[in-house]
This record gives sequence, C-alpha cells and structure tokens, in this order.
Amino acid sequence: MPSFVLPLAEINLMWYSVPLIVAISLVYSATRHEAMGPILSHAVRLGLMIAAFMAVIMGVLWLVSLQL
Amino acid sequence: MSKAAVSASSAPEQPDAVLELKDPVVAAVLGWLIPGLGHLYQGRTAKGLLFMVCVLSTFCYGLFLSDGRAVYASWADWDYRLPYFCQVGVGLPALPALLQTYLVRGGKAPLMGGMMAPPVTPAELNEWYRTLHRYFDLGTVYTMIAGLLNVLAMYDAWGGPVQLDEQEEKKRTGQQPSPSGT
Repeated sequence: MPSFVLPLAEINLMWYSVPLIVAISLVYSATRHEAMGPILSHAVRLGLMIAAFMAVIMGVLWLVSLQL
Repeated sequence: MSKAAVSASSAPEQPDAVLELKDPVVAAVLGWLIPGLGHLYQGRTAKGLLFMVCVLSTFCYGLFLSDGRAVYASWADWDYRLPYFCQVGVGLPALPALLQTYLVRGGKAPLMGGMMAPPVTPAELNEWYRTLHRYFDLGTVYTMIAGLLNVLAMYDAWGGPVQLDEQEEKKRTGQQPSPSGT
C-alpha cells in the first residue's frame, strides 16, 4: 500500500473525491473572477453543488440497485 | 500587450481597473510549463499561487498515491497510454515521463528509481495493477484532472477571467449605434 493514502478514505473510497472537489471548485472559480473574495465564495457554492449532485446520483443508483 | 477591464464585481476594491495581461501567449506557455507561472508573470500573484497549489498538489498527490507509476508515456501496442495526453497538461512536472520512455525503449535503466517510467512488458504492468490495485487508478484520475485543470488555468492566463469577456461584450454592444441611426 502506498504511504500517501487518506486514512478516512480507507473506510470509504468516496473520501478521495473531497480533495478533487476542492481543487476543481477553486480552479474553476478562479477562471471566473479576479479577486480572492468572489473566487472563494464561488468555490464554496460550486463545491457544495458538486457534492450535492454526486449525493443525488449516488442515491438514485442506490435506489436502482434495490430493484436488481 | 493585451489589456482587459475588470468588472466591479470581480475586483470590488478597484472598480473598472485595467488588468494587464502582458503577452498572453507567453503567459499561457509559462502557465503550461509550471502551473500558475503565467499568472505570476502577469503580476496576478494570488491567482498564480492558487493555481500552482491546486494543480501541483493534485498532480503530486496522484503521483505519490500510485508510487510514481500513474504518470508514464507509452505507445506500445499492448499499452497505449491515453491518460498521458491529459496528464501532460501539467507541463514540466509530467515531462520526465518522455525521457523515461526514451531511456527504457533504448534499453537503458530509467532514472529516479523508475518513477514515471513505462512498463517494459505486459507482465510488469499486470504486476503494478496487482500491487497497487485501486491506487493506480486513483493516481491516474488525480493526475489527469490536474492536467485538465491546468488547461483552464492556461486559458485564464491567455484571456483573463471569463467575466471580463462578458463585460467587454456588454460594452461593445452598448457602444454600437442602433441600426436605425437614432
């Protein structure tokens, strides 16, 4: 096992998505604004939107899996 | 030398400030070589550091998560490494993979303990998957996303923030005379 694993992610792999969501939100928001304040507030909103979207998709897939 | 006006919502401390993009092509190339360097060249220090930290930390984390195996260039029939085309978006940090491929294909020993070196045989690639299993794929995803994020950063260095385009478009349409001439 590599030495750079996230301890929480060893319990659930979904934790590996958190650093990615943070990085994607910050970089995308930085391409929309120039000042740090709007970048950070946009990044928080975007990160929450991505997490919520993923949670909804996961819920739908879980419901679908119940029918299988 | 290119300039763009910053909207008030983008820079509340400096309404209607002019953003100096210097030479956008040079900035984009610098931004490709080292993420964020194009912005630092333009004097956009905070954004440059933000891009640098976000892109490089994502790339490095993916690389170390896979023990340095997820980033490599290979055009062998049995392993055409398409993810490298995304990973190379990070620029200089991903380029040692090309040197490693050149060395390995020439029958020489790779440098840096084999980091970013391609597998020599399909059996070696299988061994990577067996020992690293999910970390190999996770590392590939992290490094690919880092490369793609840097493409966004390069575009920002070249053209300025997207909001600037919208504001310029509004100004342009607002300044045009109406077709009736009134």
